[in-house]
Amino acid sequence: MAYTGRELIASRCAKFFQDGDFVNLGIGVPLMCVNYLPEGVDLWLEAEIGIVGSGPTPRWQDWDIDLADAGGQPTSIIPGGAVVPHDKSFGFIRGGHIDGTVLGTLQVDQEGDIANWTIPGKLVPGMGGAMDLCAGVKKVIVATDHCEKSGASKILKKCTLPLTGVKCVTDIVTERCYFQVTPEGLVLKELAPGYTVEDIRACTEADFTVDPNVGVME
Amino acid sequence: MKNKVFSLDAVLEQIHDGQTIMFSDLHGEISPEEIITGMLEKGVKDLTAIAVASGQPDMGVGRLVADHRIKKFLTSHIGLNPMSRDQMFSGEMEVEFIPQGTFAERIRAGGYGLGGVLTPTGVGTDVAKGKQVLHLNGRDYLLEMPIRADVALLKATKADKAGNLQFRLASICCQDYMAMAADTVIVEVEELVEIGELGPDEIDVPAPIVDMIYVRQGEKRPLPNSWKRQIAKLQAKAEGGQ
Repeated sequence: MAYTGRELIASRCAKFFQDGDFVNLGIGVPLMCVNYLPEGVDLWLEAEIGIVGSGPTPRWQDWDIDLADAGGQPTSIIPGGAVVPHDKSFGFIRGGHIDGTVLGTLQVDQEGDIANWTIPGKLVPGMGGAMDLCAGVKKVIVATDHCEKSGASKILKKCTLPLTGVKCVTDIVTERCYFQVTPEGLVLKELAPGYTVEDIRACTEADFTVDPNVGVME
Repeated sequence: MKNKVFSLDAVLEQIHDGQTIMFSDLHGEISPEEIITGMLEKGVKDLTAIAVASGQPDMGVGRLVADHRIKKFLTSHIGLNPMSRDQMFSGEMEVEFIPQGTFAERIRAGGYGLGGVLTPTGVGTDVAKGKQVLHLNGRDYLLEMPIRADVALLKATKADKAGNLQFRLASICCQDYMAMAADTVIVEVEELVEIGELGPDEIDVPAPIVDMIYVRQGEKRPLPNSWKRQIAKLQAKAEGGQ
């Protein structure tokens, strides 16, 4: 079965991880990655509050006020998982102990800058742990719709919203393609089924080059 | 040994208008709810609050926001409390957004006797505005200053009469470092135990750090109202499916 849309994004992002990786996944599409992990790949999921080995939402009978996730929702801990204090949890993040993170975004640009925490005057939830993730995690994967609802590209030459992190994004995965972020700029590595290089040029503001061996995203 | 167990009234005598207060809760999960109820009844106002998140309108420190008791909030997230957003937009409450890891380290610095913290978090963003940037070993770091409070209001699972604290599962969160960074440390506990019941390696915050213990009178671990609403829906759905 060929995935499309957000399923395709989650499925592609899941392929970045290896068995045993310690990862932090944002709420929404990023967290969907766990449903598409290849056979034999198990991850240690971190929750910022201080959980190593965050599990699925338990059945409601087991909901526990002392086990809430970053969004204040009930969560669980897998066998072998651990709890640590909050400052240590961010030591994992800033200290380079987390192998990868998948983040949603408002904007991302060709230099690897990301803007996902505020639209001044409109959307002001706060940055939570996003800036720490951008500053400390080796692999920062952006999982996003390619365009806004208006049709405007979310992949820009230069972000216009307040930044969350500077030159930190390593990979951009959308429902249409996968770009790698390199010191020379974006490289189109894979196309979603049904999309051509011309289609991507037409809906992307950022400059990019095309890998001669551009593949099919799955 | 000095008994640190106090009544709610005695605890509230330490809490005044205009103080800077650290709260243990994020979205209200691990909150000294009965002390907060007491603060609302006492009428404490013009507070500067410090918490990872600003609670929810019906939970935790969020109740003080909803009742207009906070004039300034240092936090990383207000997304689950629309009252915080409204008061920030109207100018009633000043909000200083701090990246969550930096929040932890600034308070840790305040409690551990450090003059500040160097962190790469926030370099090149609005968080860096007005802050000194140091270039060390090929990387830029922001100089972030320590945070302390007049009072820390925490919630522990167990305490003994001497003031030793123990936290269950993820409820330790920011509480161990907050206990170090306030002049007066007040803890609402679910269960009071005898001295010696908590073994030396079962104590998360040792007695000398804690000033006052208040034993929660109501339900020990009530679920948030938002969870209760979700459970009611799930139950209704399950019954409907039978």
